[in-house]
Amino acid sequence: MGKGRIRTRGAAVTCALALAAAPAARAGAPAPAVAPPLKATVSHWWTSGGESAAIRQFADAFTRAGGQWIDQAVAGADQSRASTINRIVGGNAPVAAQFNTSKQFRDIVDQGLLNNLDDVAARGNWDRILPQTIIDAIKINGHYYAAPVDIHMPAWFFYSKSAYAKAGIAAEPASFNEFMSQLDRLKRAGLIPLAFGGQVWQEKILFDAVFVLVGGPELYLRIYRDRDLKAVQSPAFRDVLVKFKQLRAYTDPGAPGRNWNDATALVVSGRAGVQIMGDWAKGEFTSAGQVAGRDFGCFPGFGPKAPYMVAGDAFVFPKTGKPHVVRAQKLLATVMTAPGPQVEFSARKGSIPIRPDVDVSKLDLCARMGIAIMADKSRQLPNTEMLLDPDLNGALQDVLTNYWNRNETPERAQQAFAQAMKDNTW
Amino acid sequence: MAATALGAYVLTLLWTARVSLSSSRIFPNGDFVGLGQYERLFRNARWLLSLENLAIYGALFIAACLVVGFLLAVFIDQQVSGEGVLRTVFLYPYAMSFVATGLVWQWMLNPELGIQQVARRLGLAHFAFDWIVRQDMVLYTIVIATVWQASGLVMALLLSGLRGIDGELWKAARIDGIPKWRVYVSIVLPMLWPSVSTALILLFVMVVKLFDAVVAMTQGGPGTASEVPAKFIMDYLFGRANVGLASAASIVLLLTVLGIVAPLYYARGRALQRGRE
Repeated sequence: MGKGRIRTRGAAVTCALALAAAPAARAGAPAPAVAPPLKATVSHWWTSGGESAAIRQFADAFTRAGGQWIDQAVAGADQSRASTINRIVGGNAPVAAQFNTSKQFRDIVDQGLLNNLDDVAARGNWDRILPQTIIDAIKINGHYYAAPVDIHMPAWFFYSKSAYAKAGIAAEPASFNEFMSQLDRLKRAGLIPLAFGGQVWQEKILFDAVFVLVGGPELYLRIYRDRDLKAVQSPAFRDVLVKFKQLRAYTDPGAPGRNWNDATALVVSGRAGVQIMGDWAKGEFTSAGQVAGRDFGCFPGFGPKAPYMVAGDAFVFPKTGKPHVVRAQKLLATVMTAPGPQVEFSARKGSIPIRPDVDVSKLDLCARMGIAIMADKSRQLPNTEMLLDPDLNGALQDVLTNYWNRNETPERAQQAFAQAMKDNTW
Repeated sequence: MAATALGAYVLTLLWTARVSLSSSRIFPNGDFVGLGQYERLFRNARWLLSLENLAIYGALFIAACLVVGFLLAVFIDQQVSGEGVLRTVFLYPYAMSFVATGLVWQWMLNPELGIQQVARRLGLAHFAFDWIVRQDMVLYTIVIATVWQASGLVMALLLSGLRGIDGELWKAARIDGIPKWRVYVSIVLPMLWPSVSTALILLFVMVVKLFDAVVAMTQGGPGTASEVPAKFIMDYLFGRANVGLASAASIVLLLTVLGIVAPLYYARGRALQRGRE
């Protein structure tokens, strides 16, 4: 590690000398001004097939813009973030690093370890074009500290058209009760009604979907944003918990521990009716040769006013004073948020672009639906990671997974929920 | 060398202890909050559950490994043919990463894919083996899988102990007409104490650091039913970005280990010394 640092420092010195020498050379002879490529090490966790195809779009665009992309993929989001933090602490930070559009990088900002992107944001008019939920997550104390690259909606409903036909269901449900009765019909047709993987994070996605659809965005924000303990004890929240637990009867015995993509495969094969999952699930349908609208359907909730939960990914740019690194960072941020790469990226990632002024013809039906919904600000809702610190979010996951898996009353879950909120606020 | 060891172990240990007294979140920071993190830790239901799980798991795992390992060693010690092959077969699981074998176990135990499904296809319509999805049984599936992995190691240790026992002893026992099982239980087993205690310490270390088997098989689930302290620490260290609480948990775990392993080491040292005299 020590040797590596010396080598980077050596490279930096060479670069600085080259930069210093450049104007002199230009003055002497009109040599072709070929600037050395702006090198950027980019740390991220996109390693699956669709994901790496997506990030290659950014890498190619960066190369075209005169950069040199050095890919540092680390499998697993937690591991990737941990390696970024370690490298920042160790003084060997990557030029750019991926985080979720959330509170995950708030501590690094507070420690003053990130460069801000205010001039890129001003030139790109971020204040006007970005959705407010994303601005709230990345603009801290008046400065932009991350470049958002995609919007994921974690609670889409994906259903198999063949399964729905087999169960004799004609239309998408317009309310939670209608959804439940459709699950009953799927069950009677001998299918797995709800494709599900019993892992903690999947339980949380399912819960939050039920929460916004049954409890409504107002209650959701009162609890997750305002930490209103009275709202946690309210009958409305109890109702959310009850309805959430009712869904358990519609999952199959193989669900606990199952991976999300195995659950998606049940919908793809028509053995299960519907899955509630993020739009990354589309990749599984696509790779099985299925087309949105023809083989499977998607809807983001019930009715034309269903809230659209906003999540996503962003890149942060660790602090450095080296001018060529700063230039590389700004070029990266500019390229990643530009309309062209945004569309190419989203088409492969399954997400939707962060900006509305893009050519949507390359995107699928669900993504186009998502872009149309995002135009209606009143339907945008931040996901819980944007509102809660990671440890409180985790503690609430523990409460919900216990409630889901044990024979526990909703009142007990309400209490545990409130207790976790009290305990995890310093 | 000694200085490196001192630096690597003692200093990091002291550093962890210091961090556990701070309000550190994603970065270690220097403020002082006293025992706040420890209070929070012992109010955390998941931490208490993971300690309880570890105790149950540890007792069952160690007992089962010793029994199975001893029986395997005795079995191989009967001058069976193909001893080398058998030894390799029994020891082989220990050489494999549990991240890989855990997945296989997960499939075998999955009620929709594994043993239960096979038995039902064979006509046993009501055969049930769904422990891995049951809150009250899931911990035992981890015991089964890890005993499968580790008992070969115990076998190897005890077999070397058995081979060290003088053949004269067996002749004398035969002349006296003592049944073979009686010789094993009353004479051989006590003589094996140094090997057994080595096995005990190795097994105990495996219990404390139990992590990959849980992650590969159940991810701590269903719910939090198979949570263990090492996973708790890793979750809070990385995913939940709470270095302070994770450090407090590590220190508690370390103290527990010292409390149990230190007397074991002492007893083993005494036994070895007595053996030499």
